[in-house]
Amino acid sequence: MTALLEVEGLSVHFETARGVVRAVEDLSFAVERGQTVALVGESGSGKSTAALSLLRLLPAGASKIAAGRVRLDGRDLLALPPRQLRDVRGAQVGMIFQDPMMALNPVYTIGRQIAETLRLHLGLAGPAAEARAIELLRRVQVPAPEQRIHQYPHNLSGGMRQRVMMAIALACRPALLIADEPTTALDVTVQAQVLALIDELKAELGMAVLLITHDLAVVWETAQRVIVLYAGRKVEEGPVGRILTRPRHPYTAGLLRAAQWAADGDRLAEIPGTVPSPHAMPPGCAFAPRCALAEDRCRRQAPPLRTLEPGHVAACFRAEEIAP
Amino acid sequence: MTAPAAATPVLEAQDLAKRFPVAGGIGGRGRVVHALNGVSLSVAAGETLAVVGESGCGKSTLANCLTGLMAPSAGSLLLQGEDAALMLRREPMRFRRRVQIVFQDPYASLNPRRTIGDTVGDALRIHGLAARRERRGRVGQLLAEVGLAEEHLDRYPHELSGGQRQRVAIARALAVEPVVVVCDEPVSALDVSIQAQVINLLRDIQRRRGVAYLFISHNLALVRHIARRIAVMYLGEVVEIGTAEALGRRMLHPYSRALFAAAPAIGRPSHDPPHLDPGRPPPLSGDVPSPIDPPPGCRFHTRCPHARPRCSAEAPALRLVDDRLVRCHFAEEIAGHG
Repeated sequence: MTALLEVEGLSVHFETARGVVRAVEDLSFAVERGQTVALVGESGSGKSTAALSLLRLLPAGASKIAAGRVRLDGRDLLALPPRQLRDVRGAQVGMIFQDPMMALNPVYTIGRQIAETLRLHLGLAGPAAEARAIELLRRVQVPAPEQRIHQYPHNLSGGMRQRVMMAIALACRPALLIADEPTTALDVTVQAQVLALIDELKAELGMAVLLITHDLAVVWETAQRVIVLYAGRKVEEGPVGRILTRPRHPYTAGLLRAAQWAADGDRLAEIPGTVPSPHAMPPGCAFAPRCALAEDRCRRQAPPLRTLEPGHVAACFRAEEIAP
Repeated sequence: MTAPAAATPVLEAQDLAKRFPVAGGIGGRGRVVHALNGVSLSVAAGETLAVVGESGCGKSTLANCLTGLMAPSAGSLLLQGEDAALMLRREPMRFRRRVQIVFQDPYASLNPRRTIGDTVGDALRIHGLAARRERRGRVGQLLAEVGLAEEHLDRYPHELSGGQRQRVAIARALAVEPVVVVCDEPVSALDVSIQAQVINLLRDIQRRRGVAYLFISHNLALVRHIARRIAVMYLGEVVEIGTAEALGRRMLHPYSRALFAAAPAIGRPSHDPPHLDPGRPPPLSGDVPSPIDPPPGCRFHTRCPHARPRCSAEAPALRLVDDRLVRCHFAEEIAGHG
């Protein structure tokens, strides 16, 4: 059986005054049904650009999907005519974002925004749509949903708004939920509630989740597979339990160490320097300027992704030398 | 107040309260936001006191009151034993030279139209700390101390990365040689790899200069390592305060416990999400109540898994239990359960 989502050789470029920025370069991955796959990276890694391109949500003009295929259930989303793509968005694929205040319309009630999705994709209207909206809000644990449907986004807390977005995203029981930093703006106690809810709904609907995050601890507790991006490229991918305990790419290892304290609790292990500017990408491995293991060949040629163990790939010439 | 008090406090808040009238809104007249309520804490020379809590707990209001950016509604603030309110009225510059602040978002706290050299130099100029001729050299030294180069002197904030901008904000705070720096979520907006750089830098500076930090954060895992003492706040009140060692061993207030349990962590023995892990307190339900009408009795009782009738009737006092101060009627009992 093929995977639910298959991304192959995706490249996304931005035309800027200072030249072409290769935000995502040659990215391939798959998401199986019922699985949570995390796409992790820091600012500028290309994780959100990649997620948005899957549904062609990036503004046309400045950005260009330069290459690649995105297959959902065998259909190539990048080749679909706009009308059919609209049927996929919201129906087969739901999406939630970091800032629900930006994604919700401030001048419409919560009920109306949920009903819009129900009308577009399921043809529900009037009392039927309202009843379904209330049911959805109850499912995402919004208290007093009968009253909430008459309220506006500004009447709700951040956690409640994120639940409303989930209600909209899940209205059509999508096969895939794309969650772009869904809990980054939330307090940790509310984050725990929202992550638990995503997990429950995933089990209940048999849904797959593509989780975009910068937080490796969230990955540990929610995902089965993880893809680490650096400067637009995949540098490592594998099962969460392995990647976060025995990473094989120096960047992944550095990220993990940067959040852990030395045995004496005195210092954090830094990754020196910063992510290279997209206008001045180094030749060879993009991580080489910050890497303690970098040698001449790393600065000359980009290391290819290699399979180290079944299901575990890393793009590093010296992957075998990285201490487990 | 005994046990976890600081040795010789450089900055000490006693029973600090801050109330804001709610502006406008139908029926909103006469309503008040209780942002801080009876907050007492102190920080000693060269030590780090961390204040942790979620949105609305009052930690940023506390930062503003401690740095003289906001006048408290009640209570007092002592700076090296002197009445800070009086000092702020009579000699505000003397207060500001000793107490500095670093904010979460350096992009918002640096003037986009002034160079880094000017911004850091202003601190020296305003406080009359370096003659015009010496200023550039002194700013260069400060930038070097925070890991920036001479070449950054003539750059503008937009030309720097987030981590570099935060270094500039730190250099500006250090320029006047303060005794206390209030750090209000100084690394929350930074990437993980950059957070480590800034945390290590703050540590090195403290070793070198003996400056005290009041470190405000929502990240318990982070503050457990950088602070000597930790205060946990909920809805404007300190609910637990003690040494990082004591709180790291175990938390006694139900809110501190829930806050810590909710934070995801790599390598937790159970690979399950929090709600499936039997060894972990269940996630809190509901949101933080509005500080406009805080709940009667214990402010946490609406979300507390251990709440009983007494909790909604009687506000618990902050009292000594074992090796820390806790604001809970049933702390001993909760402690007994491990």
